[in-house]
Amino acid sequence: MAEVSLHGVAKSFGATEILRDINLSVDDGEFVVFVGPSGCGKSTLLRIIAGLETVSGGEIRIGSQRVNELPPADRKIAMVFQSYALYPHMNVYKNMAFGLKFAKTDKAEADRRVRQAAEILKLTPLLDRKPRELSGGQRQRVAIGRAIVRNPSVFLFDEPLSNLDAALRVNTRLEIAKLHRDLGATMIYVTHDQVEAMTLASKIVVLNQGRIEQVGAPLELYRSPRNLFVAGFIGSPRMNFIKGQVLRVSEEQAIIGFAGTEAAVDVRPGSVKPGDHVTVGIRPEHMEVEGAGSAPLRGTIDAVEQLGESSYVYMRLASGDDVIVRAPGETEATPGGTYTAHVPSRALHVFDAAGLSVLPERS
Amino acid sequence: MTIRPGRIAVHIALILYTILALGPIFLILINAFKTRRAIFADPLGLPNGQTWTTIGFDRVFANSDFGLYFFNSLTVTVVSLVLIVLIGAMAAWALTEYRFRGNTLLSLYLAIGIMVPIRLGSVSILRMMVELNLVNTLTALILVYVAQGLPLAILILGEFIQQIPKDLRDAARCDGVSEYRIFFSIILPLISPAIATVAVFTMVPVWNDLWFPLILAPGDGKQTITLGVQQFIGQYVTDWNAVLASLTLAIAPVLVLYLLFSRYLVRGLTAGAVK
Repeated sequence: MAEVSLHGVAKSFGATEILRDINLSVDDGEFVVFVGPSGCGKSTLLRIIAGLETVSGGEIRIGSQRVNELPPADRKIAMVFQSYALYPHMNVYKNMAFGLKFAKTDKAEADRRVRQAAEILKLTPLLDRKPRELSGGQRQRVAIGRAIVRNPSVFLFDEPLSNLDAALRVNTRLEIAKLHRDLGATMIYVTHDQVEAMTLASKIVVLNQGRIEQVGAPLELYRSPRNLFVAGFIGSPRMNFIKGQVLRVSEEQAIIGFAGTEAAVDVRPGSVKPGDHVTVGIRPEHMEVEGAGSAPLRGTIDAVEQLGESSYVYMRLASGDDVIVRAPGETEATPGGTYTAHVPSRALHVFDAAGLSVLPERS
Repeated sequence: MTIRPGRIAVHIALILYTILALGPIFLILINAFKTRRAIFADPLGLPNGQTWTTIGFDRVFANSDFGLYFFNSLTVTVVSLVLIVLIGAMAAWALTEYRFRGNTLLSLYLAIGIMVPIRLGSVSILRMMVELNLVNTLTALILVYVAQGLPLAILILGEFIQQIPKDLRDAARCDGVSEYRIFFSIILPLISPAIATVAVFTMVPVWNDLWFPLILAPGDGKQTITLGVQQFIGQYVTDWNAVLASLTLAIAPVLVLYLLFSRYLVRGLTAGAVK
C-alpha cells in the first residue's frame, strides 16, 4: 500500500511540451481518475508514474521513495493497458504467471496467487485458453488478473474500458469498483469518459493541455468547477454558456445581465466590477420549466430529444446563444415553437474574462 | 462455394509457373537414374527396365568425398542461418525499439548492403581472408554468408517487430521482465513466421553458392557440395551420371528444410494479443 506524489513533473518530446508543472498527491487506497480530452497528457502522466516514460523535470514518489530512476518492475506498480497487451502465444495461466517467474516468486506461491486471481475474476475455466480464444471482456479480465497477481501497491489503468461495448463497460466498471473495495489498493485510472470518472473516482484530476485544471471529489467538481474548462467537461449534456455583463455590484452580490434577462449572484468580493464581460453557465438539468422569481430564458426550439424519463430541448435564444434544457419526459415542446426556461440564480455559474469562476468558495 | 473465373485464371498461372520451376528439377531426378546412353537418346523419358541404373550414385560415393562435401555444405548453411537469424533479429529489435544516436545512419548503412552485391567485394574479401589466415576454412564462408544475409534479414525482421504492439513490451517491462527475456520470450516467438521467411530466403542462396566456395575454400577437404559436383565436369569428358546423381542428393536437404520452415511461412501469431 502506498501513496503517490508528483512534484513539479514536466515532460516534453523535443520542443513540444506535453506536461508542465504537475503537482499532485494521491493518498493510500484512493481511487484517482485522470480525465481530459484526448491529447491532454493524461496517458503520458500515467506512463510516467509507471516508469515507461522518463520525466524532463520534477520528482515522482511512491510510498516514501523517490522512483524517478527506478525501472517499472521495481516501483510496485501494475498496469492494465487499453489494448490489454496479453502475450498472444501464452495461455491465460502463463500470461498471469509470466511476471512472477522473473520476480523470483516461489512456484507454489505463484500458482496460489494465479489461481486466487482467476477465482476472483471468474477465469478459472479459461486458464488453458489462448488470448485469441477469449472475448473482449474476458481478455480485459485476464489483463486485470495479471495486474492482481503482482500484488502491487498501485494499480494503473490506461483507458481499460474503451474497447468494450456499452453493456460490458458498465459491468466491468462495477467490477473494478468492487475490486478497489476488496483490495484496498491505490488505483490510478485514465479515461476520457467523464461518466467513468464520476462513478469510479474518489478523486478526479481534470487535465487539459498538459496542465491540471482542477482536483477534487466528483461532486465537488460538478458543483463548483473552478473554470470554464472543468465546467464544460464535467456533466452531460454539457453546461450551457451564455455571454453576459456585470451590471451592478454590491458587497457580496453582483447583478449579471445575460440573454435579455438579469439575475443576482453571490460573488467573491472584488472579483468583478460593473461593465465586466463574463460568461454565465447553467447546467441543462438545473433549468426549470416553471419558476417564479427566477430569470426567464425565451427562445425558438431547434430540436427535442425524448428519452422517456426526461427530454432535452435545444433552443436558440434571441441573443443568438444555443441552450439545452432538460424538461420533463412528457413535454409539449415541438421544433419551431417557442419555449421558456427559468434559471434559478443559485444554479448559476459565473466566469470572468479569463475563464475563472467568480463564485465564492463553497464548502 | 462457387468458383469465380478470376480464381481459375490465377490458379492456371500458378500451375504453369510451378511446372516451369519444377521442370529442371524433374529432369535432373529422372535422368539421375538412367544410363548415359539413355540420357542423351531420350532426355525427357522416364527410366524403364532397360535404362534404369544407379551407376551415377555408385560413382559419386566411390570416387569422391561426397559425405564430406555434404557435411561441409550443411555446416556452412546451418551455422550461417543460425547466426543470421539470431544477430539479425537482435539488430532489428535494437534498431526499431531503441532510439539512439546514429540509429538512422546505421539503418541506411544496412540498406546499402541490400543494394550492393557482396560479390563486388570478392577481391578484397579474398585478400582479407588471406591476411586472416582463413583461406580454405569453413569459417571464411560462414563469415561472408552472414555478412551477405544480414541486411535483408534485419530489414524483414525489423518490419515485423514494428508490427508487434508496443503495449506488449511495456506490459512485460511492468512485469519485471529483462530486455533480453522480452526479446527471447516475447519478440522471437511472435516473429517466428518472419524468421521462417528469412531462413528460406537465406538458406537457398547459401546452399547453392558456387562463387565463394570456389575462391575462398577450394581445397583441403573444405569444398562444399556445389564445388564437389564440379569434379565430374571435365574440360573434355563430363560424367553426367555422377553430376546428376550428386545434384539429386544436393536437392534433398534444401527440400526438407524448406518443408520444415514453410509450415510457419503463412502463419500469423499475433491474433488475440490486442483487440
